[in-house]
Amino acid sequence: MSNVPPDRKYAKSHEWLRLESDGTATVGITDYAQNSLGDITFVQLPKVGAVLQAGAPFGVVESVKAASDLYAPVAGAVLAVNAALDGAPEKVNQSPFDDGWMIKLQPANSTGLGALLAADAYSKLIG
Amino acid sequence: MSQLKCTPLRDFHVAHGGRMVDFAGWEMPVQYRGILEEHKAVRRTAGLFDVSHMGEVDVRGPEAARFLNHLVTNDVGRLFPGHVLYSPMCYPTGGVVDDLLVYLRGPEDYFLCINAGNIDKDLAWIQEQAAGFNVVVTDRSADYAQLAVQGPNAPAIVQSLTDVRLDLVKYYHFCEGAVAGVPCLISRTGYTGEDGFELYHPAAEAPRLAEALLAAGAPHGLELAGLGARDSLRLEAGYPLYGHEITTDISPLAAGLGWTVKLDKGVDFIGRAALAAEKAAGSAKKIVFFKTGDRRIVRSGSPVLGPAGEVGRVVSGTFSPVLNEAIGSALVEAKAAVEPLSVDIRGAKIALHPVKPPFVPLKKS
Repeated sequence: MSNVPPDRKYAKSHEWLRLESDGTATVGITDYAQNSLGDITFVQLPKVGAVLQAGAPFGVVESVKAASDLYAPVAGAVLAVNAALDGAPEKVNQSPFDDGWMIKLQPANSTGLGALLAADAYSKLIG
Repeated sequence: MSQLKCTPLRDFHVAHGGRMVDFAGWEMPVQYRGILEEHKAVRRTAGLFDVSHMGEVDVRGPEAARFLNHLVTNDVGRLFPGHVLYSPMCYPTGGVVDDLLVYLRGPEDYFLCINAGNIDKDLAWIQEQAAGFNVVVTDRSADYAQLAVQGPNAPAIVQSLTDVRLDLVKYYHFCEGAVAGVPCLISRTGYTGEDGFELYHPAAEAPRLAEALLAAGAPHGLELAGLGARDSLRLEAGYPLYGHEITTDISPLAAGLGWTVKLDKGVDFIGRAALAAEKAAGSAKKIVFFKTGDRRIVRSGSPVLGPAGEVGRVVSGTFSPVLNEAIGSALVEAKAAVEPLSVDIRGAKIALHPVKPPFVPLKKS
């Protein structure tokens, strides 16, 4: 049974987004996603300052099995990336919702958030 | 979708958290707790693999030795009872039908282990070639299950379940005896580069033997290991996999398996003329092994680039949990094999550094 924390929003493509109190957003992939991928060996992330379109690929996560695109849950500018994943991509397997976070965004606007799923809806999706 | 075949351990795998996938038409566990962890367990302690999907064939009769020496490229005439031989089996073109293990149990009594995905093709080929020889070829694949215990602690684990003196069974030798009360062909062989055993036994006994090995192995750090770890272990060891390093179109010579092609064994074996010509002229293409110093996995099928363009294709690629970098093998034009090679991964040029396998020191006994 996958863990789905209630304090964030989810994309159907299995990224999570947490809106922080300062208006920024943190993005990663879900427990369900990391479990489906298996052992993650490499995470490719965008440069700080990159501007992402909602639903467009922003990086790649590789497991022994396959390389999969990561999709931006909302539009926005990249404020930070989790550089620790360079040498320790297994953090995404071990702690997908915390240490395994991927990027911090300045969302372009708040309207995109409405298209994302709440925790209960995402739980049903991966049921 | 056609029905997947199952080994007698299908329910055992599911009960132990195996993630089941379709492998060559078989429903098999690709992993239990994780490929990297299982891989490291085999290198450090021990792993237990179900390889019951592999095929087994009896070859018996007054001309069994003469037939097999005609069928395969290595020298079956050098075998003595209790000895195991690795050999490719080739077409007249020198391309490979399959690679297999040949066991000599007694005079006129041989036992073959063949790849799961090739069982039907191999049996048809072997039966066809056996015409004119006084031999009986029998498919025993459904009768046997096979469990592999691999890793530095494998001897202690298996020894705790048998009265057979395993220290007397050397690498690439075998004996017959009971393990946990189950009659086994105990073979000191494997596909990981570690010391260990492959236990052939009656299919119905597989769940009992698997549980006994798991229990006996627990104090020795034994972990269940799936096909994912089996593939990364064999690639680190530099062992070929049929369909990748050896195929209908890639001869044993091109694959770097020249030591298994005994042109001078005094038998006109199938493929001999083509392989002798290839050896004289040099293989047009060859398999090279590489590492990259990068974590991005170089996937099978990727084009390999030389200074002047494409010179070949990647045939195996994975992440080495021991080296912490991508490793693999590629089929390239022989003249390009000494040039700087690279692949493109999502726009990044990744240099391929040639490696003479194995990638890690092998500890096989």
